[in-house]
Order: sequence, then C-alpha cells, then structure tokens
Amino acid sequence: MRNVVPVLVVLSAIVGLWWAAVAPMNMRAALDVAERAKETVVPVGSVARRDISVFKLMANNHEHIASGYSLKRPRLPTPVQVGKEFWKTTGGMVAKGRAFSKRSLIYHGWITLQSTLWGFLLGTTIGILAAVAIVYSRVADMSLMPWAVISQTIPIVALAPMIIVLSNQVGIEDRIVPKAIIAAYLCYFPVLVSMVKGLRSPSSSELDLLKTYNAGGLQSFLKLRLPASVPYLFTALKVGIAAALVGTIVGELPTGAISGLGARILIGDQFGTPLAIWSALFAAALLAGVLVTLLDIAQRVTLHRMGFRS
Amino acid sequence: MSVPVVQAQGLTLTFQTNDGPVHALSDVNLDINKGEFVSFIGPSGCGKTTFLRVVADLEQPTGGIVTVNGMSAQEARLQRAYGYVFQAAGLYPWRTIGGNIRLPLEIMGYSKAQRNERVAKTLELVDLAGFEKKFPFQLSGGMQQRASIARALAFDADILLMDEPFGALDEIVRDHLNEQLLALWSKTEKTIAFVTHSIPEAVFLSTKIVVMSPRPGRVTDVIESPLPKVRPLEIRDTPEFLEIAHRVREGLRAGHSDE
Repeated sequence: MRNVVPVLVVLSAIVGLWWAAVAPMNMRAALDVAERAKETVVPVGSVARRDISVFKLMANNHEHIASGYSLKRPRLPTPVQVGKEFWKTTGGMVAKGRAFSKRSLIYHGWITLQSTLWGFLLGTTIGILAAVAIVYSRVADMSLMPWAVISQTIPIVALAPMIIVLSNQVGIEDRIVPKAIIAAYLCYFPVLVSMVKGLRSPSSSELDLLKTYNAGGLQSFLKLRLPASVPYLFTALKVGIAAALVGTIVGELPTGAISGLGARILIGDQFGTPLAIWSALFAAALLAGVLVTLLDIAQRVTLHRMGFRS
Repeated sequence: MSVPVVQAQGLTLTFQTNDGPVHALSDVNLDINKGEFVSFIGPSGCGKTTFLRVVADLEQPTGGIVTVNGMSAQEARLQRAYGYVFQAAGLYPWRTIGGNIRLPLEIMGYSKAQRNERVAKTLELVDLAGFEKKFPFQLSGGMQQRASIARALAFDADILLMDEPFGALDEIVRDHLNEQLLALWSKTEKTIAFVTHSIPEAVFLSTKIVVMSPRPGRVTDVIESPLPKVRPLEIRDTPEFLEIAHRVREGLRAGHSDE
C-alpha cells in the first residue's frame, strides 16, 4: 500500500500539468468565441492576434481565460471534459442499454480488440516459428534475420494502405484480415528477437548434460530450450500485444474504416471534434493497459508454477 | 584383473585457437580399473577437465585412443555408460528436485513406475528424501550439488565422471559432501573419476591420484593410495595421509618448475 502515495503524486502531477496547459492552448479559440459574442477582446480580430504570443494574450485578456476551460470545441480539452465524453460513450451507453451502438466506444473497442487479438496470435506464431528456424538453422539465421530487421525500419503508416489494397485485390472483403496482418507485422518482431535469445539461453553445460544422456534433438528442444525460453517469451508477449494494438489502430486510420478506435480518431479529426479523438485515445490506452496487465498476471502465475524465482 | 573401465593410450588433444595451437592433452596414458576412485589434480589448464570430457565424448581427441568399457567413447556415450556431474549443479530451475532426477529417466524411456522408484531410491542415497517436490532455488548449494549427483546416479551407469563438483562450496560443506560421496561410492561400487583443485580432497577420496601439469597438459605422477577403503575425516591427520599429500604437492611443484 505504501506505493499508493508516489503513484498518486505522479498521476496528479500529470493531470495538473495537463490542466495548466489548457489555458494557453485554448486562449485563441476562447478569444474568437468571445469576440463573436460581442465581448471586448484585445486586440480585435483573430488575424491581429495571430502574431501575438498566447501568454501576452492571456495577460491582456485575463477575464477570458476561464472560458477556455468550457469550450465546445477546445484545442486541448480539460481532463473533466475528456472524462465526461469518455463516460458518455462507454458507461453511459451501457446504462442506456446501447453498449454496442455505433456511437459507443465499447463497440469500436471491440472491433479493434478483435483485429488486435488475431494479429497478436498470427504475429506470435510467426515470431516463434521463425525463432525456432533461426536457432536451429544457420541458413535461416543468415537469410531471415536481416529481412526481419529491415521489415521494422519501414514506417507502418506507409505500409498499411498497401496491405489493405493488396488484400482487397485477392478478394478479402473483411476488414479484420488486413488489420490483423498489419498488427502481426508489428507484433512478430519483438517475439522473434526474444525467442531467439530465449531458445539460445541454455548454457553449454546444460546442453552437454543432454548429450551425455544421448538425448535427441526434439527431446532437447522440448525439455531444455523451450522451457528455458518461457521467461523471454512472456516479456516479448507484453511488448507484442501493445504493438499489435498500435498496428490495428494504424490500420484503421488511413483506410476509410468507419468502425474501430482508429476510425474514431480519424473521424474526430475530420469533423473537428477533439473530444471524440481524446476519448478514443483514452479507450485505446485503457485497452492496452488491460491487455498488458492480463499478460503480466499470466506471466507471474506461469513463472511461479514453473519454479522460476521472480 | 579384467579389462580397465577407462583406458587411454597416447591420448593427445590440441585446440586450434587464434593465438596458435593449445596442447590441452599430450600423450596421456592411463588405466582406470573397475571400482576405483581416481582423482585428477593439477593447476588450471593442465587438461584434467579436458581428459574427463574426452572420456565422456564431449571433446574429440586429435591423437591416441581412449576406450570406455572396451568401446569407443562415442559408443559408450550412446549406450549411456556414465553419469556426468558438472562443476555447477546445473539443475533445471523449472523442474523440481524430483523432476530433475527424472530428466535422464524420461529421455532414456524408463516407465513411470520405474522412474518414481528410482527417484525415491537415489534421493535416499544422497540424503535428500523429502525434498522431491522442492524447486532448486529452495535448496542450498550443497544440497543442489547432491541432487545433481543423484541425477547422475538415477540410471544404470556404473561410471561416474565428476568435474570439480564441490569446487564452489565452502570448506565445511565440502568435508561433509566428501564423506557422503565416499559412503555412496562404497555402497554403489561405481567407478569414479573426480577432478579437483584440492590436495586434501584428492587424497581423502581416492584410491588413485593422477597428478597433471599444464602446457602441454600431461600426467606427471600416478599415486596408488595405501589408505584403507573406509576413511573417517580424522584420517587426514595421520602420517600416511600427510605423506601422500606431500607426494602430490611435490608432483605439482615438479610440473611447475620445468615451465
């Protein structure tokens, strides 16, 4: 419990900083609104204000600072505004019995989660299989590894539209498939790298021991390399699932998708509703947090049962 | 006397390194007979561990012949003729003590009933009964090393190759384990090859002490111990014991002086 205090201090510092930033960020918008409402602002005209720093504007118009905290379309919404919008599109929808309506973030989160999990499954499988190939075959090590590294240097935003177009060409209509592929593309790499390290982690004396038993290749894989790699695997899975979520959201951004958290972010941007963007962002962060926490619990339980001292 | 359990003739092993060849073993001739307890002693780099690894078919000699139970080292390994105890206990952390001892039995295809029986028996033998379900990290270093000896005893190998098994343990634990190892040796009648750095340990345990010296790794002296088979720890204060220890020390010194 003694960890609660520092956690709360950090949290309140972040929220405080955010709160303080709202005033300068929204100052110009607040003055525009006030001017349209025929109130006195200095100087008059948004063009005239463009070259003046926000802090000077705040000093000259301090009676309008407060209105920056209640704008309908703020440049930077306050934590309370985001919280309200987030509740309205999640818990509020549940209360109305419309949890899976198109206006609900639960619905969009579920769409994103599906692709994330499929991509995670695909990426993890590819990562593990490739790692086994690399550890057991020098040829695979030399031919696969460079491509794996190169694949991660390509910006995923450049690749995502191509994957969607190409999967459309081969007749895949369902959006879940290309999104899962993009998620897997980001997810497999950490799994691959960690599993190569994990499968190679047994010491030479541990391998020699099996040799003295005249153990076969499959036996030494199942009884030594695989169990030895489990701690590495879990660390990779936690990175991997977060990467898969990012991949899915990126896959929803530039593609004209209308559902999913990524689509909400893009639509919020196009229609100038920053509150929608922010609450979708929070939903994504919350989703990532939940997924990583679940894997963390699985890791603790598994490693404890396996006798690894944590 | 029948055929020696381990027989080395003109055994030579040269490692090719970037700094030129390293002569780990040079013309080693040695017989280990059934039921003997043979210690290999010498400074680092004298090839004592390398010799053990050649016998175990973990290294290939570049010259000479080694036979184990009358076969080549490789045939002997494939027939699982020996148990090997490494310097570090090397227990798999994800397996319990019982699970670790079960490992060779699983690989060698023993039935479940046989596995359970052998695990119980060997745990008894190394005085670890009741620790079957513990994980390695829950045991002290000495107990871990005993478990690793149990692992090497679990299957029917009548040769035990031990590479400085007690090197990392403190003096008191080591004394205790030495006594237990002697008791175990007389109970099981195994042939034991034992690598060590310690003169008292070598003299206390062995029926035969092989003194080696480095660069190139070779045997400088082979001492047949006149000490009785049953040895209390106090034997280390008798004149006979001290005399052998003296001879070992002389052998080690002679190996060093001609560098």
